[in-house]
Amino acid sequence: MAGSLPKSGTPLIQLSAVSRVYGTGETEVRALDRTDLVIEKGEFVAIMGPSGSGKSTAMNIIGLLDRPTSGRYLFNGTEVQDLDRDRRALLRRHFLGFVFQGFNLLPRTSALENVELPLIYKGMPRQERIERARQALRKVGLDGREDHDPSQLSGGQQQRVAIARALVGAPMVILADEPTGNLDSHRSHEIMRLLQELNREDGITIVMVTHEDDIAAYARRLILFADGRIRSDSLQPERSPA
Amino acid sequence: MIWETIRLALLALRRNKLRSALTMLGIVIGVAAVIAMVTVGQGSSRSVAASVESLGTNVLSIRPGGRGFGPGPGSSQPARPFTLRDADALADLAVVQQVSPTVSSTQTVVAGSENLSASVTGATSGYLDVNGWTILRGRGFNSAEDRSGASVCIIGMTIQQTLFGTSDPIGQSLRVGKVSCEVIGLLQAKGAGTFGQDQDEIVLMPIRTVQRRMLGSDNVSSISVALAPEVSSQRGAREIEALLRDRRRISGNEANDFNISDRAQIAEVLSGINSVLTGMLSSVAAVSLLVGGIGIMNIMLVSVTERTREIGIRLAVGAEASQVLTQFLVEAVVLSLVGGIIGVIFGLALAFGASLFMAIPFAPQVYVVVLAFAFSALIGVIFGFFPARKAARLDPIDALRHE
Repeated sequence: MAGSLPKSGTPLIQLSAVSRVYGTGETEVRALDRTDLVIEKGEFVAIMGPSGSGKSTAMNIIGLLDRPTSGRYLFNGTEVQDLDRDRRALLRRHFLGFVFQGFNLLPRTSALENVELPLIYKGMPRQERIERARQALRKVGLDGREDHDPSQLSGGQQQRVAIARALVGAPMVILADEPTGNLDSHRSHEIMRLLQELNREDGITIVMVTHEDDIAAYARRLILFADGRIRSDSLQPERSPA
Repeated sequence: MIWETIRLALLALRRNKLRSALTMLGIVIGVAAVIAMVTVGQGSSRSVAASVESLGTNVLSIRPGGRGFGPGPGSSQPARPFTLRDADALADLAVVQQVSPTVSSTQTVVAGSENLSASVTGATSGYLDVNGWTILRGRGFNSAEDRSGASVCIIGMTIQQTLFGTSDPIGQSLRVGKVSCEVIGLLQAKGAGTFGQDQDEIVLMPIRTVQRRMLGSDNVSSISVALAPEVSSQRGAREIEALLRDRRRISGNEANDFNISDRAQIAEVLSGINSVLTGMLSSVAAVSLLVGGIGIMNIMLVSVTERTREIGIRLAVGAEASQVLTQFLVEAVVLSLVGGIIGVIFGLALAFGASLFMAIPFAPQVYVVVLAFAFSALIGVIFGFFPARKAARLDPIDALRHE
C-alpha cells in the first residue's frame, strides 16, 4: 500500500474542507461542514460538543467507517477519502483500533477470543495470535480472565477487553467513542489512566469523543464541535495520573 | 484464510447450539425422509422382483368373475364358481403341465395350548410346484390324499414357530377350525409376499377336506395352471379360455365370466405401481428437504439481524465484505452438511427398521446417499447466500449502532 508507511513529519490525520451531508434537497443535513483538522502522531485529543454537533460524524470519517461527501482526508500522508469499503477495511485492520461506549464485545465469546478477532482478519497464525492476545490482556490488567465471557465481566473489565482488542494489532491510532459513557466514575478514571498510559508509553495516538469535562481533562488537546464545525481547538494542561 | 473462516463459522455455530440444532432439524428430516423413502422403495422393488422370480414365469391364474381382481364390474350375480371337474379338464389340455385348484378359508389353528388365526388353503399335490414351495421336512400330499379328503396338513414356517417352537411338528396333531389333522410336512420359509403379507402363515389341507368339512361346498375359488415349458402364456391362455368357454357354455359374442391372469404380469404391474409410489413419496420428501433449506435461510436471515452488531464489530476491526460473506455462507453450508450427515444416518436407520418390519431387503443406494449429501450442501450455498450477502452489505456504522 503506497504511502502507508509512517513518514516522519507527516501528520497522522489531516482533514481538509471535509463535509458530510446526509440526504438531499429539502431534507439535506450538513453533519460536517468544511472542516479542517490536523492530528499529529502521538497526540491525545478529546473531542467534545453537543449531540448533532458533528463530532461523531468526524470520528466515523477519521475512523474510516464513513466517507466524506466532499473534501480531502489524508491518513498518514495517503489520500483515503475515495477508498472503497474493502480498502478502508484493510486500513482499519492494520492501523486503527476502536473503543466504543457500549464495549461491543462478541457475546458468548471468551475475552481471549474477542481480543484475537482483529488478528484473525490480519491472517496471523493461531499460536502467535493467542500469544499477542494474552499480552494485550495482561497490559490492560486482565491476566487470568482470558476465558471469561463478557457476561462474566464487570463493565470496566469489558471495556478493558475492548481496549485490549483495540491495541492488540499495534495500531497507530485508537479511536474511542465515549469510552466511559457506560461506566461509573471510579471505573471511568481507571479506563482513562489506561488510555493515557497507552498514549504516553506506547506512543499510540488517541482520539476520543466524550461528554464529560473531567474525562476530557485527560487529553492534551481539546476540540469543541458545534453545528458541524470546529468552534475551538486548544491545548490544555494534561491531567496527571491520580 | 478459508480455514480461519470455517473456524469462525464453527465458533459462531457453537455459540448458539440450540438454534443451530433446530436449524439443522429441517435438513435432517428432509434428507432422512428422502433416504428412507428411496431405500425402502428399492427394497420393496427387489422384494417384488424376488416374488416374481419365485412365481415361476409360466403360471396362469384363473378365477371366476369378470376382468380385474374381484368379481366383474357391474355384475350383480355372483360369478359362477369352478369345480374340481373344471380343474381335471384343464389338466387334460396338452399345453398344461400341472393344475392347482384351491379354496381358502381363515380358521383358528390350535396345537396344545397355542393358537393363531391362519389362512387355510385347500389344495392338491400340484400346489407346491405351481406356487414354488418346497418341503423342508416331511412330505407333500399323495394322490390318495388329494382326492379323499384325508385329515392331513402341511404347515408354513410361521405356524411352526408359533405353535411348535423348535420341536418337530411331523406326526403332531393340529386342530384347524373343527377339524383335527396330522401334520405331514413343513414348508421352506418364503418370507413376505408381493403385498407384504406373511406367506409363511399358511396351512395346506387336501382340497376335499376343506370343501366338505369347512366350507360345505364343492366350489373351487381359483385354479392355477403351470404351462408346459415350451408354451407361451398367450397360447396357454387362449386354449384355456376356449376350453372354459365351451365348458361354461358361453356363446360367441358373450363376455367371459372368468378371467385368466398371468401372475408375472400382475407382479410387473405391482412393481410399476411400486416405483410410481416410491417416486411420489420421494418427491414429497424432496419438498420437505426444500422446506428445510428455506428454514435454513429463514434462521440465517434472523441470525443476520440478530447479529448485526457482531457484524459491525467484525467490519470495524477490519473484516472485508467477502470475509463476512464467506463466514455466513460457511455457517449455512456447515449447518446443512452436518444436517445432511445426520439425516443420512437417520434415514438409513429408519429404512433399516422399516425393512425389518416389512420383511423386505434393506437396499441402501450409494448414489442416493451421495446425492442427498451433495444436495444438502447445495441447499446451504443457495439458501445461505442471500442472508450472507445481506450481512456483508451492512454499513459498519449502522451495524454498530444496532440495538
